[in-house]
Amino acid sequence: MSSDVDISLTVNGERVARRVEARRHLIDFLRLDLGLMGSHTGCEHGVCGACTVRVDGRIVRGCLVLAASLDGGTVETIEGVSDSGEIRDLQEAFVARNACQCGYCTPAMLLTAADLLSSNPQPTRAEIREHLSGNYCRCTGYHAIVDAVETVAKQRGGRAGS
Amino acid sequence: MKAPQFAYVRAASLAEVFSVWAAAGPEAKLLAGGQTLLATLAFRLSDPGTLVDISRVPELKGIAQVGDAVRVGALTTHAELGAHELIRRHVPLLAQAVPLIAHPAIRNRGTIGGSLAYADPAAELPACCVALEASIMARTAAGERRIPAAQFFTGLYTTALAPNELIAAIEFPLAKAGERSVVLELARRSGDYAMAGVVAKAKLAGSTLVDPSVVFFGVGDRPVSAERATAAVAGKIATPETIAAAQAALDADLDPPADLHGSPQMKRHLARVLLARALRRIAGTEEARAA
Repeated sequence: MSSDVDISLTVNGERVARRVEARRHLIDFLRLDLGLMGSHTGCEHGVCGACTVRVDGRIVRGCLVLAASLDGGTVETIEGVSDSGEIRDLQEAFVARNACQCGYCTPAMLLTAADLLSSNPQPTRAEIREHLSGNYCRCTGYHAIVDAVETVAKQRGGRAGS
Repeated sequence: MKAPQFAYVRAASLAEVFSVWAAAGPEAKLLAGGQTLLATLAFRLSDPGTLVDISRVPELKGIAQVGDAVRVGALTTHAELGAHELIRRHVPLLAQAVPLIAHPAIRNRGTIGGSLAYADPAAELPACCVALEASIMARTAAGERRIPAAQFFTGLYTTALAPNELIAAIEFPLAKAGERSVVLELARRSGDYAMAGVVAKAKLAGSTLVDPSVVFFGVGDRPVSAERATAAVAGKIATPETIAAAQAALDADLDPPADLHGSPQMKRHLARVLLARALRRIAGTEEARAA
């Protein structure tokens, strides 16, 4: 038994292998070991949602996942989905609606919003608020964020319907 | 804060779990979804020395119908539970409860076995298990035993599990024809632990409530069966008078401690409100109103 663990996983499409401390959570792994600073450390106990990333295609709290447990897994961060263009419309809407504000919660908000729209392409405002309810914005500018997500849902719906 | 140092072992099978766990000593803990454990480690409320990662143990996974029950593997995540066809058809109360548990990112990782083993008195799934008369299938290296949910929760964060015994699965009886169930809670923010919550089920014979069961959460040190309130509605129609009688009887069922959310008096009030809403929902006299 060891407090160091060898892991090999895919991060934003690239294979990485590292030795990590067992207690290293995924966000420290991404930020400190891989230099991917887009995922933010907030409360570090699962409340604020600022550390939201994707593991094996599903959003998770990065601070509540041990890097050691992800051997063989797939991680996607805001850097990955930005480079791929997957959420470009959401990012543009966040800028247009001034939904970024201080920017600290933004990467996690975007990933959570993308998660909602993938399972529920035409959410109501109440459904948007519900899905984002685990992501805290301490600027408390939730209205602009909901506006941005709603805008993209309508845009995407319009495109699909045309 | 950062978690304390610990050793980590990923077990590939149940046999390996038990051998590693026993060797690691009494402080060692099992890591399933980690949605509670990693937070307690970050607070340094826990210093387990060794974590045994059981999240890839195949024997603890899967949902299947076994006779007149649905057997849910302990590693089933909340998201999987809420979406599963067998659950939606045969144990619909659980599908109702899942959206109340934390947030999507946590539901993708947190497990039913973890929730029950942690036994938070404000959590939804323990109360659902009691109301549904589920069985906790507990496993040691020596074999499996069946613990009725009503006997599983023995106090605050405390269960009937013995040292080096884990939850392998939970068996839920199939919902009977005509059975209706509801879970309601009051929380300050969506996804927070409930200030108070209720799980209720009954069969509806015409308008009469048959075999009702009412279990509260967030108002005691474990799920609380409201025996007197239940007796007050059994075999009755959920008229305003019946509901008022059940609310009056409820006071003797509960002894809520004060907590961060409020006083015992406030919890009693919330419980009375929830009881009335739940009974009306089951009786079909409050179909559309949101809790």
